[in-house]
Amino acid sequence: MDDVLNAFVLISNYLLIPAFAYGCQLALGALGITIVYAVLRFSNFSHGEMMSFGAMIAILLTWKFQSLGISIAPLPTALLSLPVAILVTIAMTLTADRLVYKGFRKVKAKPVIFIIASIGIMFVLNGVTRFIIGPNDQKFGDGERFIMSAREFKSLTGLSEGLAFKTSQLLTIVIAIGLVAALFWFLNKTRTGKAMRAYSDNEDLALLSGINPERVVIIAWSIAAALATVAGLLYGLDKAYKPFIFQQLLLLLFASAIVGGIGNPIGAIAGGFLIAFSEVTITYAYKKFMIYLLPDSLEPSSLMQILSTNYKFAVSFIILVLVLIFKPKGLFKGRHI
Amino acid sequence: MKLRICGLYTVMLGLLAVVGFVQSWSLSLSILNLCLISAIMTLGVNLQWGLAGQLNAGVMGSAALGGLAVVIVSQPPVTETLNAAGWGIFGAVFTLCLSIAICVWVWRVWQPRYRIFITTAIALTGLVVYRLIFDPAVARVEAIDAATTGYLGGLGLPVILSWGVGGGLAALAAWGIGRISLGLRSDYFAIATFGIAEIIIYIIKNEEWLTRGVKNITGLKRPVPYEVDLQESQAFIEFASFWNAPLIDLSIITVKLTYAGLFVLVLIILLWLSEKALRSPWGRMMRAIRDNEVAAAAMGKNVKARHLQVFVLGSAIIGIAGAMLVTLEGQYTPASYQPLRFTFLIGVMAIVGGSGNNFGSVLGGFLIWFLWIEAEPAGFWLIDTLTQTLPETDPLRTHLLESSAHMRYIIMGVILLLVLKFYPKGLIPERQATSSKKL
Repeated sequence: MDDVLNAFVLISNYLLIPAFAYGCQLALGALGITIVYAVLRFSNFSHGEMMSFGAMIAILLTWKFQSLGISIAPLPTALLSLPVAILVTIAMTLTADRLVYKGFRKVKAKPVIFIIASIGIMFVLNGVTRFIIGPNDQKFGDGERFIMSAREFKSLTGLSEGLAFKTSQLLTIVIAIGLVAALFWFLNKTRTGKAMRAYSDNEDLALLSGINPERVVIIAWSIAAALATVAGLLYGLDKAYKPFIFQQLLLLLFASAIVGGIGNPIGAIAGGFLIAFSEVTITYAYKKFMIYLLPDSLEPSSLMQILSTNYKFAVSFIILVLVLIFKPKGLFKGRHI
Repeated sequence: MKLRICGLYTVMLGLLAVVGFVQSWSLSLSILNLCLISAIMTLGVNLQWGLAGQLNAGVMGSAALGGLAVVIVSQPPVTETLNAAGWGIFGAVFTLCLSIAICVWVWRVWQPRYRIFITTAIALTGLVVYRLIFDPAVARVEAIDAATTGYLGGLGLPVILSWGVGGGLAALAAWGIGRISLGLRSDYFAIATFGIAEIIIYIIKNEEWLTRGVKNITGLKRPVPYEVDLQESQAFIEFASFWNAPLIDLSIITVKLTYAGLFVLVLIILLWLSEKALRSPWGRMMRAIRDNEVAAAAMGKNVKARHLQVFVLGSAIIGIAGAMLVTLEGQYTPASYQPLRFTFLIGVMAIVGGSGNNFGSVLGGFLIWFLWIEAEPAGFWLIDTLTQTLPETDPLRTHLLESSAHMRYIIMGVILLLVLKFYPKGLIPERQATSSKKL
């Protein structure tokens, strides 16, 4: 019996909990991409850099708070700077919209032009982030690191496997659930949210019924920027903050959004979890897990790993390509908020 | 129009000359060589984006495959590893290809109801068999002298052949990529090619038996003489004393000029071919397809096949340039392939130069590479001037000066956005239909 419990604890510790937190981070990022797509109808290549920018602002503020001695221990100080960072990122995004995208909207440019424009914004934001905070790893986490460390768990239960639960993981899960609930409430219950959905469904009909398109666009960008900041910061808290990472994250976010059906928020969340879980399950070495579950005579000699961890991002890209080939509309129907 | 082209090219060469006089001629030639390579890559992208409207975000993958060709063609074979596990690896790769082929075949011929299960079963079996042969073979290869070789090596042929092979390798990959992603909408196509390019880079980075991965391959063969050999050759010493030039500087410049000569030759051939293609009935057909696919299809043009054709051709050109780049650098460093530098920067070159115009692409390649390099000293100078009033040790000033290298990303983004907004056709716009002239 202990063996089964040990195996379960092992798989929770290394696979289920990290993948769930990671899935939440991807889902938040993919939601931003999906909302911009649903309202503005283009794939925003600068979303990864928006996350990076938002997280950077939060980190700078956190350092300031830390130097002033302000803290909300046991929670990380970064949470305190999050609201301000969100506002700054929204302001930056709206400025970019005013300066760049608005002109193209006015002349009804093709979606491909918007994509190229977003690549331009990506360059600028990437440069700004590197310029301000530099290209290296940045440390900013503080507060209690673990809610429950592996050792505490072991002494509590007497099992030989430990189950660690990091504060950043709990925070990620709680914040993600809260934000997603708020977003769905906004989209389904409020007047503005309904206007956004109407605009996304049918632009002309929405215009006829007196919905102000510019207002819808501003709200869409604001939601995307807020989600991007939260996702970027949570990713940084949970793993590491390094501007370079967000270039790779961008493709993972596209994968999440497209696998679920781009333009569909439920799809983005499902896609985020699908990508996170497949990445972790395919590159996890099941040797120890199997040792617990199988009789001694069947003990595996190899690592029992489907793909080496070096390929963990490639797994998501392969899923993305497979979905694009076989089900380009995604697993859920796209383009609805 | 001709005047504009000549004027802009003169300005560009003038800029390079300024670098020669102000900084150094060696630097100016280095920039020129990379400008030439960028120009060739941009020609390839222009074929895809300018002539067919394909937003290829996988340039990086083609360039990396071109570079891989240099390793495969020119490196000497490593006999120990080949004897130890060569057949194991080739057998495993063959198994993998075979199982993919069987999967595709089954998917095509089987009735739709069960094919998903059968294909999955075949794919999983193929994967297991592949891993069973592959893993021990790779372990054997990588165990042999891991610090210096630990890979299979190449064919040991002259390096110049690899330029063509690089183009072929990139074309082959592009055929596969195009088959699976060309049917997609423009933004999905961009994302799909982006993703596939990343997968290619992951393979190149991690399959150490093929490329030594992040351990890099240095000291690749050269198509031009080495500086040291020149300095020792009697004829060259006489040549130097005739011009009364310092021997070492002259040898460096001679090598760079030889490279430049080779690159110019390739560029001229490709430019001539591209111009021929652009003005031929084929080029007109491509533009017709780009401007109105439905109408072109109604006229009996095979839109899908033409799209695939132009995608393969463009990628082949990028592959050639990728091989040239690795030859010039003399080393293969898989970790240096990054999308901003190899995909999006080339895209900026094509758009700034003028989509659909080959001379524009060449100019765009030159200009953007020049700015990419010179943005760093210029940014440093700018920040240094702006912060003159602050003391030398001021933390803000030192931080800004340290970060000035990152200015280039901001500058590139701003240039792209400005061109997109104010000169959407680029510096040298596409020529309009020339039928009126011919009448």
